[in-house]
Amino acid sequence: MAEPLLQLEEVEARYGPVKALHGVSLTVAEGEIVAVLGANGAGKTTTLRAISGTVRRSGAIRFAGKSIAGRSPEAVARLGIAHVPEGRGTLSELSVAENLRLGAYVRRGRASIQEDEQRVLAHFPWLGDRRNQRAGTLSGGEQQMLALARALMLRPRLVLLDEPSLGLAPRVVAEIFRIVGELNEREGLTVLVVEQNAILALEAASRAYVLEVGRVALEGGSETLRRNESVRRSYLGY
Amino acid sequence: MLLAFDWTQLAQQTVIGLSAGGLWALLALALVLIYRSTGVVNFAQGEMAMFSTFIAWSLIHHGLSYWQAFFLTLAISFAGGVALERVVIRPVERAPVLTVVIVTLGLFFLVDGAARWFWSSETRTLPNAFSTRPITVAGVAFSIQDLGNIAVSLGVVALLFALFQFTKLGLALRATASNPDESRLVGIRVSWMLALGWGLAAAMGAVSGMLTAPALASFDQNLMQPVLLYAFAGAVLGGISSPFGAVVGALLLGVFVNLIGTYVDWIGTDLRLPVALAVILGVLLVRPAGLFGRASARRV
Ligand SMILES: Nc1ncnc2c1ncn2[C@@H]1O[C@H](COP(=O)(O)OP(=O)(O)OP(=O)(O)O)[C@@H](O)[C@H]1O
Ligand SMILES: [Mg+2]
Repeated sequence: MAEPLLQLEEVEARYGPVKALHGVSLTVAEGEIVAVLGANGAGKTTTLRAISGTVRRSGAIRFAGKSIAGRSPEAVARLGIAHVPEGRGTLSELSVAENLRLGAYVRRGRASIQEDEQRVLAHFPWLGDRRNQRAGTLSGGEQQMLALARALMLRPRLVLLDEPSLGLAPRVVAEIFRIVGELNEREGLTVLVVEQNAILALEAASRAYVLEVGRVALEGGSETLRRNESVRRSYLGY
Repeated sequence: MLLAFDWTQLAQQTVIGLSAGGLWALLALALVLIYRSTGVVNFAQGEMAMFSTFIAWSLIHHGLSYWQAFFLTLAISFAGGVALERVVIRPVERAPVLTVVIVTLGLFFLVDGAARWFWSSETRTLPNAFSTRPITVAGVAFSIQDLGNIAVSLGVVALLFALFQFTKLGLALRATASNPDESRLVGIRVSWMLALGWGLAAAMGAVSGMLTAPALASFDQNLMQPVLLYAFAGAVLGGISSPFGAVVGALLLGVFVNLIGTYVDWIGTDLRLPVALAVILGVLLVRPAGLFGRASARRV
């Protein structure tokens, strides 16, 4: 088997004295959607932060054959990892167009960036009409979509998506997952998504990890996990 | 009474006010730039500008013309601002606001002391940047120096505006000021953006100092202390979180201070600053965020 695009081995992370991850190992292969499930405080967000370098971490993290364990968030972004953080990952004081331009900040080549903008806007047609609106004045769902659109502007090799459903209406959430699925199918986008909504996440992902207090408690194919008794009781609610 | 009003004098005094206000505006803008990225007022901004002015004085002393010295000093000040950020501010980048405030206070004394150590405390003069001849516009005589100061101030403001609004670097600077964590995630080297902000602020302060000094009969190491007070007052009046507000605030303050000094006899020159500060307090009671500031100036 080829080396996975992303590989975490025994990754630990801490906030000051508080240890939030106690050795998380996971892999994501190119072209895959992988979900991370778990209760509140299980360490899902921290796992994504450990990858993007926005939390102090140790252990081995390899991306596309390189170790990224010691790299700054800036450097990780430059390698093609787009992290859409929990909450609204937009720069609220800047306009929609400026947010999109910032998504491509580390890229060179005006023409290909403009091309990508058209391509991205095709997935979010309404964003085009809001180009000059301040991001902070968009609705919650719109901001979440803008955050995703901005991440795509990096032409990322991997997108880290943190709870895209947070505080959004079911219809909007479904729409976001539809777009993610579409990007994965058509463009081979690789996604590591953290979700409380396990039903949606397991539908979109081919594999998933279940975190419990900073450790991987369970892992497997979505189908298998859906049939797992404890997953059903704890996360699917039936 | 109304007919006898001297409109010529009003126009002249307004221009003089704008000239001073423009130089305050540059320093106010420097304060805002750093405030937006670090959440603190850089108390050393005035002393840094004074230090730059002394560098210009030395360069001129060594035979450079005013404008040669001007541009060379700009470059030196920019580099010096970047270096100060790297060495002094970077270690406290993530520290509480109060710590950073203390550091800028320390910087005030450090820069001030360094200027007194390098250059003796005798008074000195800087040659005029512009001709001191008067020029007549629409029948009113203005000083070319005042008009030149206004032109340079507004020109620098316009350049800065263009940098921030129309370039990729400017976009990154704005992103950094509004949310450094998010900015990092798109690959912006936030730490360097902060240093760049210090460089720009130092350069703007240098312009302010190099134009303030020639208008005075002589200057010493206290050159920029009143300017810093006026700049700070102007920035607060306009809204310390708003670059546009700071510029307008400083210009308004310049005109206001000059006009009350001219028309209200009992104020004269001594009471200008306290009266101006009282008026600003009045404005802040009505609009706590200043004329153009947004209510929640967030620390970033
Ligand atoms: N900034 C922080 N400072 C201190 N502790 C933190 C911080 N952020 C998270 N933690 C702690 O780390 C642990 C993991 O938090 P994390 O945010 O990764 O959980 P999560 O699985 O994303 O939860 P949720 O579903 O609520 O978003 C929790 O115990 C939390 O209290
Ligand atoms: Mg979370």
